[in-house]
Amino acid sequence: MNDLRHYETPLLPTPFHARTEAACKTHAWANWGGYRTVTTFEDLAMEHSAIRNTASVYDLCPMIKYRIEGPDAVAFLDRLTPRNVAKLRVGSVQYTVWCDDAGHLLDDGTLFRLTETRFRLCCQERHLPWLLDSAHGFDVTVTEETEEIAALSLQGPTSAEILRRAGVDIDALKPFRMMEVPFGMGRLMISRTGFTGDLGYELWTTPDLALPLWDHLMQAGALHGLRPIGSDALNIARLEAGFIITGYDFIPAHVCLREDRLRTPLDMGLGWLIDWEKGAFTGRNALMKQRAKGPDWAFVGLEIDGNIPADGAILYRAQKHEAGVVTGACWSPTLKRNIALAQLRADLVKSPDLWAEIYALRELHYAKMMMRARVVDRPFYTPARRTLTPPARF
Amino acid sequence: MPSFDTIVIGAGPNGLAAAHRLAKGGASVLVLEAGAVPGGGAAALAHLSYNLDPRVAEGMDLARHGLRWATTALPTTALAADGNHLRMEGVLGERLSGAVDPADIAAWAELRARLLRFAAVLAPLNAMTPPRPAADPKNPLLKLAMIGLKARMMGAAEFRELGRIFLTNVFDLLDDELRSPLLKGALAFDATLGSWLGPRSPNSVLPWLYRLSGQTEGRQGALGLPEGGMPALAAAMVKAATAAGVTLRCNARVERIDVADGTATGVTLTSGEQIAARRIVSALAPKTTLMSLVGPRHLDNGLYTRARLQKARGGAARLDLTLSALPDFRGADPTHRLLIAPSEHHVERAFNPVKYGEVPEEPVMEILIPTARTPAPDGLHRLSAIVQYAPHAPKDCTAARAAMLAACLLQLERHAPGIGAKVTEACLRMPYDIEAETGLPGGNWHAGELSVEQMLFLRPLPGIAQYRTPIAGLWLASAGCNPGGGVSGTPGWNAALAMEADR
Repeated sequence: MNDLRHYETPLLPTPFHARTEAACKTHAWANWGGYRTVTTFEDLAMEHSAIRNTASVYDLCPMIKYRIEGPDAVAFLDRLTPRNVAKLRVGSVQYTVWCDDAGHLLDDGTLFRLTETRFRLCCQERHLPWLLDSAHGFDVTVTEETEEIAALSLQGPTSAEILRRAGVDIDALKPFRMMEVPFGMGRLMISRTGFTGDLGYELWTTPDLALPLWDHLMQAGALHGLRPIGSDALNIARLEAGFIITGYDFIPAHVCLREDRLRTPLDMGLGWLIDWEKGAFTGRNALMKQRAKGPDWAFVGLEIDGNIPADGAILYRAQKHEAGVVTGACWSPTLKRNIALAQLRADLVKSPDLWAEIYALRELHYAKMMMRARVVDRPFYTPARRTLTPPARF
Repeated sequence: MPSFDTIVIGAGPNGLAAAHRLAKGGASVLVLEAGAVPGGGAAALAHLSYNLDPRVAEGMDLARHGLRWATTALPTTALAADGNHLRMEGVLGERLSGAVDPADIAAWAELRARLLRFAAVLAPLNAMTPPRPAADPKNPLLKLAMIGLKARMMGAAEFRELGRIFLTNVFDLLDDELRSPLLKGALAFDATLGSWLGPRSPNSVLPWLYRLSGQTEGRQGALGLPEGGMPALAAAMVKAATAAGVTLRCNARVERIDVADGTATGVTLTSGEQIAARRIVSALAPKTTLMSLVGPRHLDNGLYTRARLQKARGGAARLDLTLSALPDFRGADPTHRLLIAPSEHHVERAFNPVKYGEVPEEPVMEILIPTARTPAPDGLHRLSAIVQYAPHAPKDCTAARAAMLAACLLQLERHAPGIGAKVTEACLRMPYDIEAETGLPGGNWHAGELSVEQMLFLRPLPGIAQYRTPIAGLWLASAGCNPGGGVSGTPGWNAALAMEADR
């Protein structure tokens, strides 16, 4: 099993590599979870535009995937996560998080209920030891299946039309639901989910069908503006949609070294996920205590004056008292506004006197700006087509 | 069916001590015991007393309930196969005679005094709710400061010496001061009795100091033998608890602790019977309590996993022989505690195979022959021995038991020729037998190994060392909690105090 020459390919190719490599004009590659992934194929603006105006494909293979199966799968997941898994219907997907004993976030992800007793958990970080420990005492098996699945995200206003042209009857599929169709010699699972906040789907199949799937979609989408996108374009779209990324917007507890950087779901504005009535789950005691006294932190969307992205900016009240930090920011091409996600002291969420300290490097000199920031509702952008069923025709 | 506000699970010394104190405080207490008779390890495993808590003895007034001491300073004979024994008389070998290097008499007197002094300085830790490493207003800072002050008041040299030996190992400590093999063997045996440590194991001194902090009738380090044996001590505790109004039910095995919305609401017995109570006190091992009685569905994964991985390996087996006549250990006084531990190396060597799940060829053991002191009506003799080390998880349990018994009998035959022919009945309970019989995880006598990383605020586990659990209304009160095992009643008493302080 051990390939002694593994060091020659420290970053693995994904099952779509033959196509992504051919399409990647810029050779802008980055490491995502040990895989070679594209940051920008050709042109960032065009790629973001495809997400919002036509359609895009994005290689999701490096997403960590676990198969959770067994008679106690629901009980196991209800103890693992704060959300109520018993209420998740077969064929549905829920966004979820999980915590350690202290209620500190370990990760977020999506949970797919494939059958009564079989689930798939998709997430950013690797958690097999924690999941296996959590499985002790439950009649359930947890298997990492990251390499057994090829996943592709198809997002954008014309994505449904492209699937129709690809021969899939997609009209009845509602958001957070999934369906399965035959594809080639195997099967294709389609879920109406995504990370763009737009109309879109995620397609799941086996690695041997990855390239045929890519080619089939590209052919079907040729007249509908379908193009591959890299992580940079996706990041802008997810900021517009107000979605968080583990490791960017909060530091997961199992790798966090500094006690004051740990964050709970309540700190991250994810309290709505927690089912306080369902019974025990890991972290419940700690979260109940935090709920009683109120969290110290809030996670907010900001609009910031000017057009310089405020990545990593320190937030101030009255321009001098530290109030938080920007965890992700961009100039939103869709909204034509300067937006940011930020961790902000909970007592300052309603403050009218917030400022972001932005340093812009201009030809080896920093221009320092103190720009006014306003807390606004998230998501920044949520088009009606995201949930419209059946989706519009093009 | 009358209702109770408190259920105590397990009628061992800790369960009874906790039940008694809570009942005296006005609670209506039901003690549920899985076995047919109460007493737990006091009745079934231990064969002498070294750390009965004076707070428990006085608080339960055990003397009034029938506790009489046959001796409160049981002497020891360290047996030599050639009959040239070492006698250790008085408290903790106050007087040595027989096979001992003359230089060791003074050296041991000095080491003995020092060990007792150190143990006495640390003894208050036994009686307190362990502090939390995180700042907690309930931390007993004054008591801790007093311990530190008393340690410092021993003088700079002694304070430094305490620091030096605190985390060292028994073998090196003995090697620094002594040279007589029988003496070092006897001390190495005592130091590691009931633990999963050899004399050379790191940190083996601290558990020995814990043992030496115990006392019998006010005399620190003294070994006590109740009249009628340890079951009589258990019986006195049962009587005292019953007199205090505690209701005791035997043959009532708890299947699970019922939990609703993070709060203990009662217990369900294996019979299916449900008994409700606002407060549940488990005097079973914390590992068993959390894993089997509460279960993962009611506990955070981190805590449950720590409980699952808590070290609980038993290394001590109990041997009971019925003999047609009194055996002769080459002239040794049969009323003494007899030790077969010819040297510190023998103790270590007996530990070696156990690390690999195998049986030692020459086990070391502590032998009592109560019928040498008080003859039995049937004229037969009874010999009990605590034998070390026995594997807790060998590949083949039946074969390991047979091999261990054979090794024990051979070892006995070496020291008491002809004893084998006198054996009419032999019963050896290996750690796994003890686990099956008592529920002690791994058959460990301390209900979770007593070693530095599982002592004080780390006992049984970080986060639940204050007798309280994350399940509201569920308390821990077994030897698995601070300070540890022995027939002391101390953890049970401490737990009851913690419950009182909670109100």
